[in-house]
Amino acid sequence: MSRNIDRIELRVEAMRDLSPSLKHLRLVPAHGQGQLLAPASAGSHIVLTLRDASRTFRNAYSLTSKPGARDAYEIIVRRVQESRGGSHFIHREIATGAMLEATPPANLFAPVRTARRHLLIAAGVGITPFLSYLPELDALGQPFELHYCARDDEQTCFASWFGERPNAHIYQDIEGHRLDVPALLRAQPVGTQLYVCGPDTLMDHVLASARDLGWPASTLHAERFGAPSGGTAFVVSLARSGFDVHVPGDVSLLDALEAAGVHADSQCRGGACGVCKTSVLEGCPEHRDYFLSAAERSEGRHIMPCVSRAIDERLVLDL
Amino acid sequence: MTMTFKPDETFRDEFSFNNSDEAILRFPFPFHEDRYMYSVNIEPHVAGGPSDAFQATFDVDEHYVAECRDRALTLAADPLRCQVLPHMQAAEWDTLELLMESLSRDYPQHFRLTRDGEWWTWINGPLGIADRFRFGDASTLPLPPFEYITRQAQGDFCLLDHRDDNLFMDGGMVTSQADWSLDFDLGMSFVEWHAPVPLAHQMGVFDRALQFLLRLQWGKPVRRLNWTMTVNPRLDTSPENYPHWGPDRASITPENVGQKLHLRVELQTLFRLPRSNGVLFGVRCYLIRLDELVRVSKWARRMHRVLQSLPDELAAYKGLARFRGTAVTWLAQYDDGAPTAAGTAAETLAA
Repeated sequence: MSRNIDRIELRVEAMRDLSPSLKHLRLVPAHGQGQLLAPASAGSHIVLTLRDASRTFRNAYSLTSKPGARDAYEIIVRRVQESRGGSHFIHREIATGAMLEATPPANLFAPVRTARRHLLIAAGVGITPFLSYLPELDALGQPFELHYCARDDEQTCFASWFGERPNAHIYQDIEGHRLDVPALLRAQPVGTQLYVCGPDTLMDHVLASARDLGWPASTLHAERFGAPSGGTAFVVSLARSGFDVHVPGDVSLLDALEAAGVHADSQCRGGACGVCKTSVLEGCPEHRDYFLSAAERSEGRHIMPCVSRAIDERLVLDL
Repeated sequence: MTMTFKPDETFRDEFSFNNSDEAILRFPFPFHEDRYMYSVNIEPHVAGGPSDAFQATFDVDEHYVAECRDRALTLAADPLRCQVLPHMQAAEWDTLELLMESLSRDYPQHFRLTRDGEWWTWINGPLGIADRFRFGDASTLPLPPFEYITRQAQGDFCLLDHRDDNLFMDGGMVTSQADWSLDFDLGMSFVEWHAPVPLAHQMGVFDRALQFLLRLQWGKPVRRLNWTMTVNPRLDTSPENYPHWGPDRASITPENVGQKLHLRVELQTLFRLPRSNGVLFGVRCYLIRLDELVRVSKWARRMHRVLQSLPDELAAYKGLARFRGTAVTWLAQYDDGAPTAAGTAAETLAA
């Protein structure tokens, strides 16, 4: 029967090094052969939950598998040397056969299907969402160009993905081989949709150049990871119930209240319906809902616990 | 679960449609209090809730065969009731996959889906359909995939494209609608197609609903109920056919109101489509005659109070103005003024 699907269990079926810093993972349903994964659209990502002895990481990775595939999800993970985060953990701790918890695919970076033409600009590991664009745009039969600013090892890895495509262009950080973004944008016909993924510096440069050249906002698409649904941990004191509830960084306030046995009305659990609106007596909420007006937000006297959190370490709620 | 279909009932001409006792008890009554106002009354579409109509992803009831036949009649007279813009092809396959997987899982005694790689076999027992086709290859199906599968489902379906932080009505199968036209709305954005609704815009309902729907996730569909009233059990109350049903609104009398006037409830469902990143909007129509409805005493009292207190703008928008007074007067005999119990579920059924 129908029930919500929040989490899926995946098994690492295969893992291979594309380069010393890039790992390719093939993830299959954890339990049994007959299971099918949800299909995913071009540009989708999943969020992996990675737990080591002391910490939990939630990292988003673009799916590089063919859109619609239901046998496996594929991701590519770059190890960031200075980081001690989730990607480092995958490189060091995860082996073939490991079980991972993930969200189902979601898409914040889908190609516009009504477009006449697509322009894709990527740098570094920001190429990954575009690896699923290639078969999708081929199938749609729409014209597109891919422009990729690569490091040496990335060029070696990804050149083969592009095959003999005349519409894929690779650039390097060497005099005479750099991408001239304004020149590229100026050469595009009207009606082109622009997609960019890579380091913030590249994305900011591309988007600013496009705006300067008069591209409408509706034609600009950027994929930025690093806006997780969780946040930092905080404590809520319940004025009427008379006790405190600790809200961990990866748990919503509503979930934490429910886990503590506090009854809070809720309906959509997505910040839209307004049912869980709760009075704030002290402390400053970090609003993430779509229900409260701008004025209500700045007043800070109400919070939607299904999605919103706290700026302060402590909130006092009228519960 | 056994289910007896009523293949011969009709939603036009002699109007032989009616609800069995079981169908009355599972009717998704929409009013949780004694008055009605718009709200973003969205909740997760999971099994459970006050009506059996919420148990399956796509509810199949005793009217299934007859509703599919009524749809075919409407399409034969007006093929533009099913239209899909070319960029929605992936969403067509999404819909077929979702409906086939859901129906065969929820009603294995009636529907069967067998997959052999890309080759799928679909068996629809109640409609006597058995087809083998290659998923993704429309040339292997007798009809385009969206039309093929929505001809085998109760309720209307709209395909919404997600782009430019908005949703666009870029396809649909619409034959059981409460006075709106797919042909007119095709290609419109979310705010455009809701433009005729009074009051709700000022309340910010649509801005909030759109923001919520843009973040709708696969695996977490949502539902809401909407309602109006229809004279005669007619599924196709479309603007295109207004001359056939509009005059019925003037036909309600104190003598026939219980027999002719129906509460019409839409079970609206919204699903994120995984291959296209579009949204499927299902609008399933349930009809109940007032003299069927008043057999549940709580519903009778509450219906009377809701209709009596409804703001005039809403009554006008829903097309109730001509018969509201007659209906309120008739319903008054079933309202003893007692408080109504919480919730919408039916209690017992009077004879």
